[in-house]
Amino acid sequence: MQAVGVLWAAYTVSFFVLYYLPGDPVAAMFGGGVDSTTVSPAQLAELRHQYGFDKPVLVQYIDYLGKAVRGDFGNSVSTGRSVTATLASALPRTFALAGLAMLLSVLIGGALAVSASYTRRRWLRQVLLSLPSLGMSMPTFWVGLMLIELLSFRVGLFPAFGDNGLRGLVLPAVTLAIPPGALVAQVLAKSLLAALDEPYVQTAQSKGASRLRIHLRHTLRNASLPTLTVVGLIGGQLLANSVVVETVFSREGLGRVTAGAVTTQDIPLVQGVVVFGALVFVLLNLAIDLAYPLLDPRIIAAPGSRGAIAGAAT
Amino acid sequence: MTGATIDGPDEERTLLQVRNLSVSYRTHHGYIRAVRGIDLDVRRGEVVAVVGESGSGKSTTSHAIIRLLPDTARIDAGSVRFGSDELTGMSERELRTVRGAAISLIPQDPGVSLNPVQRIGEQVAEVLRIHHLSTRRAALADAIEVLERAGLPDPATRARQYPHELSGGMRQRALIAIAIAAEPKLIIADEPTSALDVTVQRRILDHLQQLTAQSGTAILLVTHDLGVAADRADRIVVMSKGRAVEAGPTREILDNPQHEYTRRLLASAPSLNITYSRVSASRTAAVPAQAAVPAQAAVPVRGAVPAQAVAPAQGAVPAQGAVPAQGAVPAPAGSSVEVVAAVAHLVKDFALPHTSGPRRALRAVDDVSFTIHRGRTLALVGESGSGKSTTARLLLRLTDPSAGRILFGGLDATAARGEQLRQLRRRAQLIYQNPYASLDPRLSIGEVVSEPLRVFKVGDRAARLARVRELLDRVALPATVISRRPAELSGGQRQRVAIARALALNPALVVCDEPVSALDLSVQAQVLALLAELQSELGVAYLFISHDLAVVRQIAHEVAVMQAGRIVEQRGTEELFTDPTHEYTRELLAAIPGRGVGSK
Repeated sequence: MQAVGVLWAAYTVSFFVLYYLPGDPVAAMFGGGVDSTTVSPAQLAELRHQYGFDKPVLVQYIDYLGKAVRGDFGNSVSTGRSVTATLASALPRTFALAGLAMLLSVLIGGALAVSASYTRRRWLRQVLLSLPSLGMSMPTFWVGLMLIELLSFRVGLFPAFGDNGLRGLVLPAVTLAIPPGALVAQVLAKSLLAALDEPYVQTAQSKGASRLRIHLRHTLRNASLPTLTVVGLIGGQLLANSVVVETVFSREGLGRVTAGAVTTQDIPLVQGVVVFGALVFVLLNLAIDLAYPLLDPRIIAAPGSRGAIAGAAT
Repeated sequence: MTGATIDGPDEERTLLQVRNLSVSYRTHHGYIRAVRGIDLDVRRGEVVAVVGESGSGKSTTSHAIIRLLPDTARIDAGSVRFGSDELTGMSERELRTVRGAAISLIPQDPGVSLNPVQRIGEQVAEVLRIHHLSTRRAALADAIEVLERAGLPDPATRARQYPHELSGGMRQRALIAIAIAAEPKLIIADEPTSALDVTVQRRILDHLQQLTAQSGTAILLVTHDLGVAADRADRIVVMSKGRAVEAGPTREILDNPQHEYTRRLLASAPSLNITYSRVSASRTAAVPAQAAVPAQAAVPVRGAVPAQAVAPAQGAVPAQGAVPAQGAVPAPAGSSVEVVAAVAHLVKDFALPHTSGPRRALRAVDDVSFTIHRGRTLALVGESGSGKSTTARLLLRLTDPSAGRILFGGLDATAARGEQLRQLRRRAQLIYQNPYASLDPRLSIGEVVSEPLRVFKVGDRAARLARVRELLDRVALPATVISRRPAELSGGQRQRVAIARALALNPALVVCDEPVSALDLSVQAQVLALLAELQSELGVAYLFISHDLAVVRQIAHEVAVMQAGRIVEQRGTEELFTDPTHEYTRELLAAIPGRGVGSK
């Protein structure tokens, strides 16, 4: 229920924001400044009518919402293809990219956090713990350009541009993974260090358990709940950042579609992207809600009880 | 160190020998020494108790033996010999082969000492796996067998459950299973049962003692409860401020304490002084500033100065030393004593989260009736979950009853609302269990105590300040604490602040919810003495909630024993203690640690 509410809100807010933005989408179809010699005002009016832009705003809203519920977001103003088809064709590449980036961010962030918590050397821990802030403060486009410069142009290890299978995926995925990975590392390290002070860790020590065993068997699972929450939020971040990364690496995908749709004021397409982003976010967090009880038996899966889960997790 | 001769065979029997052990903790102000040169011996199969108050270094000592100390701790000096091994010089890797296998630990709080996301069986099996005592395949079956030895009913089912699905007592048995799994030579038990109800505590300690007696395992029992030590230990080491002030056979320590600190500890241990009557009688110099107040039987007018002594049987604080004078007390509630509050047939149901099937409810309070008189103390006694706190909350109208009536000062308060409820709040105050959590850390002590006055708009700023000074004086706190923060005070001082706050509005009734259970023994005695003294001066009535019968005996005029929401026995204190009629009361009394030692 909550999920449906989120989707509706995303659709509604984006609709009205886009509607009241200055600019004329039909005019934009013809590339910015309209040349009145090629397109007459009458033709423009007819196009507006065709897309329904001449109706009152509320009527338009209800029209579009009704269609959207049935999965029809209309056609792109600039290309004329249906929004759903446009998104569907852009999806696989972006999913591959975002999925790999998510995997990398969890692995890199997790490894960093566990080593920071595992080491007994204070200086090493300090160094490891300062890496996430560094990772978070580097802008994505800059990281992408640096990686291209170093690993493509100088070493030639990975291709710089385009969609050359798995090898071409590495650099953009790494670029995309750095900020969320830093976030994962920071959150996980903090909860791991806190978990080390829990009395059950002392019980484990008194059994004769090694530090490694304590980390892998005891603290990691206990500390992973907040990180899981963060992973849910990362999903949205990855989609947003894919706009930048796909542009920098000249890849086809949802990010590029979004960037294009925004510059051409392609309202139906932008709307489709917004609603789709919300859908991904909702599904991801639903999956994570369902995963909580697997990690912590004290949490009982109950739909829409995010508050109870957060309470039980602390 | 016991003064006994240490000859050859004795030497051989020595299992653990701690010499000159010193431990310090790193703080912002440099290192603070927590343990200062401790000597300690444990022989094979022996139970040695380390007794002391919080901060005495007893826990640190016990953890230092197997070097399970926080990162901020440092062992400065000393040796720990275990059999033929020197533990202080061992590497972490070598030490791991000792921990769990040769020396194991039963931790303090069963509520948090088990990994919440791992099944009980796995946690027990882990010891066996680490020390290669079981194969991967057999570990779980072996763990179930160990759980059974630890006295856990239906161990196969329990092994598949998670800690939160078990009661406190069962969790402690699981921890005992972890400790005995590898059949160690020494078990360090750090306050193993202080978080549990007395009857559970007794059963578990009995069982542990029986187990270790069979296997010849030695126990180093760390406890703040001299009664527990007296019941269980062969020898006692008394610690104070990081030093062992006295050590020797249990009987000797109890009968003939040499050190002044031991004597103080003995005198303040409620369970050992079970024949003592209300503290007001035994109070000596515990509260210096107020000690001069004569033991007056006063039912004063609402005001500071006691009016002339009315001397009916009750409320009469016997003169110093007259120990059994309370025999007369129970003559209950004659018409001469004003009723402060009464409840009749109180019932409170809590709806359980509805699952499938019919809607279920938990009856937390079931047909409870009692009367509280001016200047008198009624104690509600029971184990956790018996409904005593809920009853108090009902009386204070902090929660609404499902049925029954509440009378307050002769008026029906069952359905009081708005202004009427506000006035009720003014006449009934509450002192909480935990003095660390019940004072706002951001307020100064002066603000804490004057808050009720401000809320009820009593007096102007100057009058309130004067009242705060008076209250602090009354609870024997120096006026200088007025500008301090709660964090700067000790637990006992904080509870005094809480008492001052409760008294600020001159309430007719103060509900004390386990007011001393978070405090050290000697501090406990002082706070109880203060409560009794304030009662005799101000005529305030107490509803005193406690699980600790020994404490109750010191403060209450009348006791109501609660079990599963019902009052099973309600009588005068002395009568109840000498001649309990209900079976449950007898069980509770028998479980008080230190009983067998007799009165001193």
